[in-house]
Amino acid sequence: MMSADPAREMTASAPKGPKKESALGRAAIEGLWNNNPVFRQVLGICSTLAVTNLVLNTAVMCLALTGTTALSCLTVSLLREWTPHRVRMMVQTLIIAFYVILVDIALKAYWPDMSRNLGPYVGLIITNCIIMGRCEAFARSNPPVPSFFDGLFCGLGYSFVLLLVAVPRELLGMGSILGIPMPYFSTGWDKWIIMVMPPGAFFTLACLIWALRAFQARGEEESA
Amino acid sequence: MNWTGELWQMLVVCFAAVFTGNILLTTFLGMCPFLAVSRQVKASVGLGFAVVFVMTCTTVLNWLAYRYVLVPLDLEFFRFILFIIIIATFVQFVEMVLERYSPALYQSLGIFLPLITVNCAILGASLFMVIRGYTFLVTLGYGFGSGVGWMLAIVAMAGIRQNMSMERVPKGLQGPGIALIIAGLMALGFIGFTGVL
Repeated sequence: MMSADPAREMTASAPKGPKKESALGRAAIEGLWNNNPVFRQVLGICSTLAVTNLVLNTAVMCLALTGTTALSCLTVSLLREWTPHRVRMMVQTLIIAFYVILVDIALKAYWPDMSRNLGPYVGLIITNCIIMGRCEAFARSNPPVPSFFDGLFCGLGYSFVLLLVAVPRELLGMGSILGIPMPYFSTGWDKWIIMVMPPGAFFTLACLIWALRAFQARGEEESA
Repeated sequence: MNWTGELWQMLVVCFAAVFTGNILLTTFLGMCPFLAVSRQVKASVGLGFAVVFVMTCTTVLNWLAYRYVLVPLDLEFFRFILFIIIIATFVQFVEMVLERYSPALYQSLGIFLPLITVNCAILGASLFMVIRGYTFLVTLGYGFGSGVGWMLAIVAMAGIRQNMSMERVPKGLQGPGIALIIAGLMALGFIGFTGVL
């Protein structure tokens, strides 16, 4: 797994586990593994699963989502003192929508081909449950810096699972990764067209969830 | 375009949205409630009707707002926020009207309405409608067809899951895992409709 910088201590109030970890490291482990939004909670796959037939599209989409999550969490956290409780959902939605519009305009201006490929899915980041979920569960009641990293690692955990979906799909379906033909798969391999069609996404994600959960369950048994 | 031609196109788009281009099985929108509320047929039918109603009305409202407010003002980039606000307001409004005038319907449908505001399929239908440049009548057909397609998928899924509840599924695959495999098989089936159009 990705290792976080353990030197960075953020809060003194962190409960001490058996292994002493920094708050940042804990946020990383939570977001990337223990509480991974996709295979633990199976949330928010709607807006991105559709573009996982090409690795490049997935990477751009994940980058947009991670950035939006981190910055939205930061903004929600900065505004948490001045947000009335009753309208907080609306405020959060508007903050998220603001960042998504920035991403959309930037893509349209600098990378119009990609913008066309992704179609409406950039806009659909707004309704991604993960961002709202992190804002509601964490950023709303925590200081800005931890909120930012919480959102960042949640987004990265999400990206890592979706890239794991995208790589086999493009490899088995088209024989390439990032558009570059792979040695065996582009020549001798009988391409599985079904993998780049919608059912392929369902099957790949299901197998991945199965594998990761089996792996995780074993780890938990050992540590218990 | 003449009237009958547009009406015909509306029917074709509506049919395509239900079967070949099913919003759930081909564009993966609305997956969260699809996985969460598909354990019982009764609940999924209730949610399905709510989605059909809200989706039809909001795509039409959003089409009007986009065509007559955003395009003349040159504010197309603002559509994300406007669509979200229209959807949220509409859902809130329907909830209030139902609560006031039809408590029975509110009891059966009302609990699903707040869920719908965050259903990406609703926003997705509006965004697709803008990108594909549909006319008013076609938008109406598209919104209705997408809603019906979503409902069809979730009700079928709930039926299958109810029958599956006694089966022995591998531990890691229980819950969302097996649901995704069923969805994949359903998606394969729906691809078969491509030949019909």
